[in-house]
Amino acid sequence: MSEYLVNLKVNNIAVSVKEGTTILDASKKLNFNIPTLCNHPDLSVAGNCRVCVVEVKGARLLAASCATPVSEGMEVFTNSEKVRTARKHVIELLLSEHNADCTKCFKNGHCELQDLASEYRVGDHVFIDLVKSKDKILDISSPSISKDDSKCIRCQRCVRTCEELQSVSALAVVKKGDHQRISTFMNKPLDEVVCTNCGQCINRCPTGSLTERTYLDEVWNAINDPSKHVVVQTAPAVRIGLGEDLGYEPGERVTGKMVAALRHIGFDSVLDTDFTADLTIMEEGTELLTRLKRALVDGEKVALPMMTSCSPGWIKFQEHMFPDLLDNLSTCKSPQQMFGALVKTYYAKKKGIDPKNMVSVSIMPCTAKKFECGRPEMRDSGYQDVDYVLTTRELAMMVKQAGIDFMKLDDEKYDSIMGNSTGAAVIFGATGGVMEAALRTAYEIVTGREVPFTNLKIMPVRGFEGIKEAKVMIKDVKPEWAFLEGAELSVAIAHGLHNANELMKAVRAGTASYHFIEVMGCPGGCLGGGGQPIPTSPEIRQKRATAIYAEDEGLPLRKSHENPEVAQIYKDFLGEPLGHKSHDLLHTHYKERKRY
Amino acid sequence: MENKILKKVDYIFQETSVSEVIDIIIKTLAKSPDDIILDVIDSGLKGRGGAGFPTGLKWKFTKNEDNPVKYVICNADEGEPGTFKDREILETVACKVLGGMTICGYSIGAKEGYIYLRGEYNYLLPQLNKVIDEFNKQLKSKGIDFVIFIKSGSGAYICGEESALFESMEGKRGEPRNKPPYPAVSGYNSKPTVINNVETLVYVTMICKMGVERFKALGTKDSRGSKVFSVSGDTPTPGIFELELGMPLADFVEDFGDGDTKAVQVGGASGHCVPRKQLKDTIIGFEGIPTGGSMMIFNSSRSMYNVLHDYLEFFNEESCGQCTPCRVGCQQLLKGIESVKKGERKPLYLDELKKLASTMKIAAKCGLGQSVANPFNSIVDNFREEIIY
Repeated sequence: MSEYLVNLKVNNIAVSVKEGTTILDASKKLNFNIPTLCNHPDLSVAGNCRVCVVEVKGARLLAASCATPVSEGMEVFTNSEKVRTARKHVIELLLSEHNADCTKCFKNGHCELQDLASEYRVGDHVFIDLVKSKDKILDISSPSISKDDSKCIRCQRCVRTCEELQSVSALAVVKKGDHQRISTFMNKPLDEVVCTNCGQCINRCPTGSLTERTYLDEVWNAINDPSKHVVVQTAPAVRIGLGEDLGYEPGERVTGKMVAALRHIGFDSVLDTDFTADLTIMEEGTELLTRLKRALVDGEKVALPMMTSCSPGWIKFQEHMFPDLLDNLSTCKSPQQMFGALVKTYYAKKKGIDPKNMVSVSIMPCTAKKFECGRPEMRDSGYQDVDYVLTTRELAMMVKQAGIDFMKLDDEKYDSIMGNSTGAAVIFGATGGVMEAALRTAYEIVTGREVPFTNLKIMPVRGFEGIKEAKVMIKDVKPEWAFLEGAELSVAIAHGLHNANELMKAVRAGTASYHFIEVMGCPGGCLGGGGQPIPTSPEIRQKRATAIYAEDEGLPLRKSHENPEVAQIYKDFLGEPLGHKSHDLLHTHYKERKRY
Repeated sequence: MENKILKKVDYIFQETSVSEVIDIIIKTLAKSPDDIILDVIDSGLKGRGGAGFPTGLKWKFTKNEDNPVKYVICNADEGEPGTFKDREILETVACKVLGGMTICGYSIGAKEGYIYLRGEYNYLLPQLNKVIDEFNKQLKSKGIDFVIFIKSGSGAYICGEESALFESMEGKRGEPRNKPPYPAVSGYNSKPTVINNVETLVYVTMICKMGVERFKALGTKDSRGSKVFSVSGDTPTPGIFELELGMPLADFVEDFGDGDTKAVQVGGASGHCVPRKQLKDTIIGFEGIPTGGSMMIFNSSRSMYNVLHDYLEFFNEESCGQCTPCRVGCQQLLKGIESVKKGERKPLYLDELKKLASTMKIAAKCGLGQSVANPFNSIVDNFREEIIY
């Protein structure tokens, strides 16, 4: 954007803004809010819902304020009679095409169209109800995402999300006129196309057209069944997101209150995915060092760079788009699935619970986890390792349904065992976090010293740049790691599948020479996951990231290998990282998937 | 107001060989680009696709853009119901279209030209390709740095809208873009682009051949020159006619009607319906009712409800569906007149629908949705009883 200032008037008030500013933003500067539906801070401008139209003096047409840059001397009216009539017409038209079963809708109370209808007091519809004359197309084929075309307002935010942020393009506009809708390749069900289940479309859908597949009833039923021992695990990013759906501003850490709420809800064991995040570092760090040793010392052909495998959206993306690079993926299961495999074996044994009576629930910032828990590979405990996955949003609903006054709860601590964790696990929730946690541990294993960054903060791997790179010099190593003496470890981090796609193209082309790559499927990492509170924006994700790093700094232990419960599980149960038991329970394999 | 009478003329379809067109180009290219653009501005030529934007100004804006890559595009996506003139032009005098494109390319600094051909006209491809190949060869042999290509559409009406056309050419779904930026700044491949109708480009060649003054002598102050009309409906003489602009519609009906004319739909489905009582006071031209050339004549045997219903069904199907006013508005207008006809809604509901059409006119994203109000309001205003009973 240029530095030239443009002078204009909005509702007769003068304002100067930078050239290239939209009418929408210029008006906002003067505290005139203009409603929008198709506009989203993460996406390109569409200008197709027309709810943001304004009057520009001298112009024959109304201007879509989200799509029209200001010009010198422009006189804009955001609330003239012409504007109000047109805006009301647009809202009424959208409602005439919308299956407005609001009281029964999953998004009831969180719907942008509902808000607008309420603001404009659209009473009895003037226009003819078009919903009846259309086929109701409800797609619940996916274990993660539910798609209801009868609620779609064709804003195309989901289409832009899938294409621009994720480079997946599972969703696209098909047909035209009154038959136009958002669909998939050849109108196939969502579970048969390249959809990665990331749920970013859900985060940006203004209505209830795209929502997570909910398993609230199943979880309540398990809790209410006295014969079941219901275990819950919570992912790192849930504790910094949950508050947003329960009255807090973005960036509030609610770990202790969340634990208390889970107990009130009735979970029998309240445990932490962070424990297996620490365990992941032990397994994955060892795997990386082993691969490097096999490549450098034994001269074996080993798939490098090694890539993280925590993010199930990213895994499915890779299976569809870069099947030739599947060997590069770490064989480590995601922390959720490591947890699931251990809870029905190690935990059950330690606590004397019959695993067949256990129900394993996880709270995730993620919708792809709902798919992941159902993968056939994820039954190594002899049962389905994780039975149900709920999103951060669904947990907030449970808290409300249980009548818990969340803000007034006292902080509580996770149960033990499998409830203890370190700051290294918490930062898994932010892009670069797994890398930072891995470096903190791997560097220390190899050299016996802490990573050479102030207060363990490895700044080059932090932040929201699409693809980050860092290099760490390894010197004065312990004798058993002599082959790494003087080596420079080269790493890269991508978040959001668009960035992952770019990075993978470079890897495939051989133009990228890294040892280790972290990829998270969602923009910002798990803190921006498809199961996190809505809305999302770069500012909101920044606040969540700040909270995550604050949580890390506030913990007494900040390196995965210092987690005493991790040491204990190796001593009592697993043996050693990459050992036989680990191999059986904590590692997995991947399969090529067709693109269509 | 100047008082013109209907006059048939013959410029567009004057037979001209490829080498004659090349001669016209060579003669024209002796002038500077600025002088050619000044000539086109001076001629008063306005776009013949229907919108009537001054052609010379379009060229000037594009020339002024500082970009090494620019394009000339010939919009041959003739999709407006009742319009079939471009097809005839391309069948008979395609080389004059190519001439106009070349002169435009030289004037604005473009080295490539594209014809975007309506999918339904693909049967023209073999003969067009032959003409283009010969033309390109001749340009090359004369040292003129301009090449012409052809691209086919797939049959969507919306792709005649210039920015949807660019999207389609780029291999994307044909959906109109936000404006600004206009094509002169960012068109095909986001480069400065002139997009002109087939007929407009032929007139460029003809103006260069016969001189600005002879062209200006035709038509009126606001509507210089002549225009090709596609005449259809209740007429003993359907077909394609080149007429001077600025004539009263009554004269036209006198010549082409069957003596029982009830109304004329000027400008195709997206144009205005003029009832008999207004024929005398309606001028065909940019000062009156502009038109892309479609003249559909209806006599008293026609139901104007059916006419409007057909148009709305057409828009309902051909709206790209992207913007709310057009996608849903078209459905509401169609279902609305059906429900009034069936007596499910009161006749007063037509006034609600007219207000809706007026919103579509100012709030829709592109010309398609904006122009649905033209037939709707003009037919409902003038033939209200036919809609209701």
